[in-house]
Amino acid sequence: MVYCIGHSIISPLGEGSQANVEAIQSGRSGLKRYSHRFADVEPFCASLFDTPQEFVPLCIRSIKSAILTIPGETVPCSSADTIFILSTTKGDHLDLLTPAKAIVSHFGNPNPPIVVSNACTSGVCAQITAKRLLEAGMYKYAVVMGCDIQSRFIVSGFQSFKALSPDPCLPFSPERAGLNLGEAAATIIYTSEPQQSGWRLMAGSIHNDANHLSAPSRTGEGAFRCLMDVTEGILPKDINLIGVHGTATLYNDAMELAAIERAGLKDIPVSALKPFFGHTMGAAGIIETIIGMLMLKHGTFIKMLSGFGGVNAAIRLTCE
Amino acid sequence: MIFDGRTIAVEQTGEKMLVELYRRYVGDYPKFFKMDTLCRLGFIAAEMLIGAENDVPSAIILANRSASIKDDRDYLATISEGNYYPSPALFVYTLPNIVTGEIAIRHHVQGETSFYILDTPQQLDAIIAATPFESALAGWCECSTKDNFYAKLQLIWNN
Repeated sequence: MVYCIGHSIISPLGEGSQANVEAIQSGRSGLKRYSHRFADVEPFCASLFDTPQEFVPLCIRSIKSAILTIPGETVPCSSADTIFILSTTKGDHLDLLTPAKAIVSHFGNPNPPIVVSNACTSGVCAQITAKRLLEAGMYKYAVVMGCDIQSRFIVSGFQSFKALSPDPCLPFSPERAGLNLGEAAATIIYTSEPQQSGWRLMAGSIHNDANHLSAPSRTGEGAFRCLMDVTEGILPKDINLIGVHGTATLYNDAMELAAIERAGLKDIPVSALKPFFGHTMGAAGIIETIIGMLMLKHGTFIKMLSGFGGVNAAIRLTCE
Repeated sequence: MIFDGRTIAVEQTGEKMLVELYRRYVGDYPKFFKMDTLCRLGFIAAEMLIGAENDVPSAIILANRSASIKDDRDYLATISEGNYYPSPALFVYTLPNIVTGEIAIRHHVQGETSFYILDTPQQLDAIIAATPFESALAGWCECSTKDNFYAKLQLIWNN
């Protein structure tokens, strides 16, 4: 297992994890309706920064903000004991490696960065990669950060799939009519150094549906296997919350429900956060993990995601 | 092309080489022609390895430096100003992990599929060493233009 020692969310709802949780608790959403933000594109609903953000400075701000939340100690960012793992789908204007290198260079870190590009599951997969590398003893600290900035590229692509809802999305609702995109940056810092308290990342799993590139398996093959893996050895009654992907597309939510039922977890409360943040792509798995930890305060939390390419991922976190 | 240490003669170069290899070694998977170059590249390499061993891996772990840049550029060209007709068939390939999905579908791999963007193959070796799997198709799969590509894949078994 590895220990979460710090985190941060920077989204249109606020700066820092706490500000974002408070925004959610007071019922605020980052979603707004846009008509001409990316020219030509039909009206769509999304959670976007009022002032357009540059990718690298936003990532750096997110990491600095996460470091500030670490009680008592700091992270040796410039040490070879620390690895930076970036979760993104489109990076800085389609470039993924250059911005990652700029970020580690800013922090004076000697290790080449790892970029996880596993579609919408990247934010959960990046945390799984961090856990594996820390447990293998390759590093002592992992700075896991996720970020995506919205663009004409992404908005038009999701529109081509007719996946966007013109209204705020309704995850797991019979009325759901598609997703909303969002932009944000989020960071979680993990360590293999034992901590007395706080959240621990206990298990992680990645599985492919092997069914279709852009449509989830109706029976949730990959997601079901992920849930079975991360709940191995624990009882459903000991799980307090499942953070679903909950994009509010017809097929994603039906697939997740099928997977949860098959895994015998249908009596556990689920949370879906896209109505607050939109689908923030590379940041989604990290934001939704942080909110889950803060809302629950203690207990056991499962975070699951699915994405293009048929890939699914889930992690289990515990705080006593 | 080098397979199991042996150089395999090909007549064509670039994109056409992949079609030549498909016709010679596969031939029965018309979906190949819907794929982008990165997927065709990974698909052919996977076909040859998995076919030769007659053993389907439990995981697929690939990496490159340039993600899906060729497809990103192709897609961008279709949504340029004044010509706004995005194609979902093109958009879906603007993610590098789609090649892992194509191989997973072909060989019904329901284990892990992961794609990393890295500077060096040594970084991938370290990630693979820390990843639990029974067997994996793993390696480098890179495509910057339709005629500039490189793949080096292997099958790995853990006991």
